[in-house]
Amino acid sequence: MPEQPYEPERAVAGTGMGGAMDLGASEASTLEGAPGGPGGAGPAARPRSLWSDAWRDLRRNPVFLVSALLICFLVLIAIRPSLIASGNPLTCDLARAQDGPAPGHPFGFDGQGCDVYTRTVYGARASVTVGVCATLGVALLGSVLGGLAGFFGGAWDAVLSRITDIFFAIPVVLGGLVLLSVVPGNTVWPVVGFIVLLGWPQIFRIARGSVLTAKQQDYVQAARALGASNSRILLRHIAPNSVAPVIVVATIALGTYIALEATLSYLGVGLKPPSVSWGIDISTASPYIRNAPHALLWPAGALAITVLAFIMLGDAVRDALDPRLR
Amino acid sequence: MGRYVARRLLQMIPVFFGATLLIFLMVNVMGDPIAGLCGERACDTATAAQLKRQFGLDMPLWRQYTTYMGNVFTGDFGSAFNGQPVTQLMASAFPVTIRLTVVAILFEIVIGIALGVVTGLRRGRPVDTSVLVLTLVVISVPTFVTGLLLQLLLGVQWAWIKPSVSPEATFGELIVPGLVLASVSLAYVTRLTRTSLAENRRSDYVRTAVAKGLPRRRIVVRHLLRNSLIPVVTFIGTDIGALMGGAIVTERIFNIHGVGYQLYQGILRQNTQTVVGFVTVLVLVFLVANLLVDLLYAVLDPRIRYA
Amino acid sequence: MRGVARARWAAGAAVVLLALAACGGGAGGSGGRVLSSSWGDPQNPLEPSNTNEVQGGKVLDMIFRGLKRYDPKTGKAENMLAERIDTTDSRHFTITVKSGWKFSNGEPVTAHSFVDAWNYGASLRNNQRNAYFFGYIQGYDKVHPETGTQTADTLSGLKVTGPRTFTVTLGQKFSTFPDTLGYAAFAPLPRAFFTHHSAWLDKPVGNGPYAVESYTRGAQMTLRRWDGYPGPDKARNDGVTLVVYTDSNTAYTDVLAGNLDLVDDIPAGQLKNVRTDLGGRYINTPAGILQTLAFPFYDPKWNTGGARKVRTGLSMAINREQITRTIFRNTRTPATDWTSPVLGTDGGYKPGLCGKACEYDPAAARKLIREGGGIPGGQLKITYNADSGSHKQWVDAVCNSINNVLGNDRACVGNPVGTFADFRNQIGRHRMTGPFRAGWQMDYPLIQNFLQPLYYTGASSNDGKWSDKRFDHLVDRANAESDKAGAIRLFQQAETVVRDNMAAIPLWYQNGSAGYTDRLHDVALNPFSVPVYDRVKVG
Repeated sequence: MPEQPYEPERAVAGTGMGGAMDLGASEASTLEGAPGGPGGAGPAARPRSLWSDAWRDLRRNPVFLVSALLICFLVLIAIRPSLIASGNPLTCDLARAQDGPAPGHPFGFDGQGCDVYTRTVYGARASVTVGVCATLGVALLGSVLGGLAGFFGGAWDAVLSRITDIFFAIPVVLGGLVLLSVVPGNTVWPVVGFIVLLGWPQIFRIARGSVLTAKQQDYVQAARALGASNSRILLRHIAPNSVAPVIVVATIALGTYIALEATLSYLGVGLKPPSVSWGIDISTASPYIRNAPHALLWPAGALAITVLAFIMLGDAVRDALDPRLR
Repeated sequence: MGRYVARRLLQMIPVFFGATLLIFLMVNVMGDPIAGLCGERACDTATAAQLKRQFGLDMPLWRQYTTYMGNVFTGDFGSAFNGQPVTQLMASAFPVTIRLTVVAILFEIVIGIALGVVTGLRRGRPVDTSVLVLTLVVISVPTFVTGLLLQLLLGVQWAWIKPSVSPEATFGELIVPGLVLASVSLAYVTRLTRTSLAENRRSDYVRTAVAKGLPRRRIVVRHLLRNSLIPVVTFIGTDIGALMGGAIVTERIFNIHGVGYQLYQGILRQNTQTVVGFVTVLVLVFLVANLLVDLLYAVLDPRIRYA
Repeated sequence: MRGVARARWAAGAAVVLLALAACGGGAGGSGGRVLSSSWGDPQNPLEPSNTNEVQGGKVLDMIFRGLKRYDPKTGKAENMLAERIDTTDSRHFTITVKSGWKFSNGEPVTAHSFVDAWNYGASLRNNQRNAYFFGYIQGYDKVHPETGTQTADTLSGLKVTGPRTFTVTLGQKFSTFPDTLGYAAFAPLPRAFFTHHSAWLDKPVGNGPYAVESYTRGAQMTLRRWDGYPGPDKARNDGVTLVVYTDSNTAYTDVLAGNLDLVDDIPAGQLKNVRTDLGGRYINTPAGILQTLAFPFYDPKWNTGGARKVRTGLSMAINREQITRTIFRNTRTPATDWTSPVLGTDGGYKPGLCGKACEYDPAAARKLIREGGGIPGGQLKITYNADSGSHKQWVDAVCNSINNVLGNDRACVGNPVGTFADFRNQIGRHRMTGPFRAGWQMDYPLIQNFLQPLYYTGASSNDGKWSDKRFDHLVDRANAESDKAGAIRLFQQAETVVRDNMAAIPLWYQNGSAGYTDRLHDVALNPFSVPVYDRVKVG
């Protein structure tokens, strides 16, 4: 079994890495594939578990450090936008509509004469919340169900797969108009819930496909021959080896979910004014791309940086989890 | 294998009914569509009642559903509010959209996998980084803007293409729209291929193949790529339906009267018969695509067997 | 091996695709003196009494001529098929149809062509969206009862008295009734409409300067000049191809590329570039469209004396001049009354009738809103539908204007509703809690059409359920007045009642805008913002 050179140690994510890792931990631990599941309980790990190895690797990986720093920064301004922007995102002067940069307004003004810099900073909260929470939800739900379906097969697989077929069939526009228009209030949570509801089948499919392959690997057969329990095989052998495609799709999806929030707002069922988000600003600025490209460029750039940070983080975590790379 | 396929085909029946019922309910939850038919004024009550009767909206919901399904099995999908039969709408929309989807999927397969292979084999090199940057641009700039810019540049500035697609919508006309439609999925396919490839590069069978002294091309294509394609194939499989039903923006920019547009119109006008009709066909497409993907697993990885 | 085969197949397909692209193209611009023009898919079947939006109206305007026609320039109703319309009491009308008129299938236009068409339009059985246009004619309540089934098939107020004459009896006095007869719903219909209905819908036949050559629903319609057209306004081109666009921006881009000749709706995002893009080939002319903010008077909070002051204050807090200039690039004009400039001053348009109440005055606005007890409910939510038009832009701008005046960035917010149908539903079920978007496109250029349907008690478009006895009384008197100038004066008096109560905040008059290629000359829009196709010269 050369693919699994390490002793398959029991480890709880929390003891392996949680303490040392601050903000990135919540993302990383989820993407690793349900470490909090039934197999997670047990005695505290010895230092050299798979997860602690991964953490050791990560700490030395510059890609990880840069992306983690970026994400910390994003989270920080999402919580306290006033730290770096003193203006009010809702104060707009139509007389300055579409104007370029001016002193005190480094990014210029949008079509309503609002300060693009302030709105970009303030937009982080809604957008990062939607992006991160929806991605976490989708990845968690999709990979757990997909993993189970792929691993156990049979009726489980058939029923879950057919349910995803039905969910795939719901057009986003219809789902949004129906499900979101009945929700009162103006918070990001209905939007997050909606994206999770419609997004999980995709991750489900990807996870199921990966698990189907991983299940056939020699080391899994070997573990099974040695009498390992299902939960142990799933968590210790299959999860780390099939998580890569999930990470890839989830990190890219994060960006598309932020954009999806804009689509929903455009349809009149997402976030409503006076909420501020990158998505809303991008979609309002889009038709005016020929005249005021700056109003589009900055929120889109912020979105790109966020996606970049998560793609890099995903790559680093995936590499750290792959023992063959050591 | 044969039994597996038969079982899957049988499973389509409950999915078919479940999906149609769900969509039917959802469109109905949106409320009374008649209110939108009389412009900026209230329809007079008599006409509204008459219109409701004409479209069968005065019956209880379950009767509406059973009547509708009964009609569907005789090939009658009802009609849109402008009196056009839904079957006629489908006959004009689906061929166009299928062509558009084929073009988009081809882009995903050809460009996406090629870029994925190149970046996967050259991780961390400049070419990898530049593809990553390109990916980011594609993700963060809305399709609307990329489509618009391509249309302005290629259609007006350089006059390489016509800015809009004619009603015939030939393959030639659909290349640029297909590229725009595929752009976000391209990012997924590229990164999935790259990751999968990078992972499998260190597998035993690749090492064995290298040790055997096989030519590099053969190793990459026969051993590496084939075993790395499962997540990619899965993704493309799930994408087919999304591309067919969700091409609203692309179809709008290039004036393509396809499924996305008809579905969107049907939803906005709350026409149950159009929406359920189109979604029903889309569900069938999903089901077949997913079955094909599952069968492809076994082809790509012979260890996966279906009984 | 399969993988290789697949890859090769895919690569081959890509090569074929690129080759196809290289020799792409397809049908070029239509030859001869035929122009192509942007179009939208009509929402309802293309029957004259079933068409209530511009896109269907565009076609009807080309293939039909009615008793009257509104002058494309002045909007004045002038006799077209009508030889004479006589009345002594504003209630009984005798109409004589000119001789020599034919439908394009050769059938002569007679009194029956009109009476049958009107009876068809009014009859409940036929589900016509515009049936209420016949509501003034006696016997309408029999053929189109509010509830239950109809007890008559024809309007008792319509009588054919000769091959070319018929009489109309109205239920009440309506002096300007003849001037409404230019509306498409009053068009004559050939026998084929009744005998071969579905074939007629596939290829409508009328009596206008153009005849439909082919019609592919949802894609395009080709119209050719009808050489046998007997009217004075013969088409100056060989035909028009209407191409369905789902996005006006695409149509605009096609005009830039020379792929389309005429686009009659310039998208908001291109308004700033249109002069550099098209030079002088851009027109921007007033149309009979007024945008207002309506209020829910069924909500007691809005139906108080204080709320009246608040409404006036809100009107004065909106910087119309700045919004029309910045957001709409002057394709809208700040409104100063409740009608439209296309009526002309002798038609009832009275600029400045709104007075100070429509002028931007932050200090006065603050004062009035404070005196009126502040915004009812604390926050102003302007409801609009998000699925058509770009309403978000101006609603946000109006809110920003109000917020800046009040110094509170959350005093006013936009409240989008997903679909137009849902928006209408919520209005119909009295769910509005604050102002909502109300756009009014005139049916015919009469001051009556801007006031009665919108503010008369119980009228079909009185969405806010505003009711004022003085207003109703003045409108009744105006309709009964046989002297035109006298009637208009009374309508204007009624309009001042609307003003004093600020029953709706007038925002701006909407223009029609269009852009065209250098192949075309003499392009103009009529007061309904529809291109006057028969005047366009090609080449």
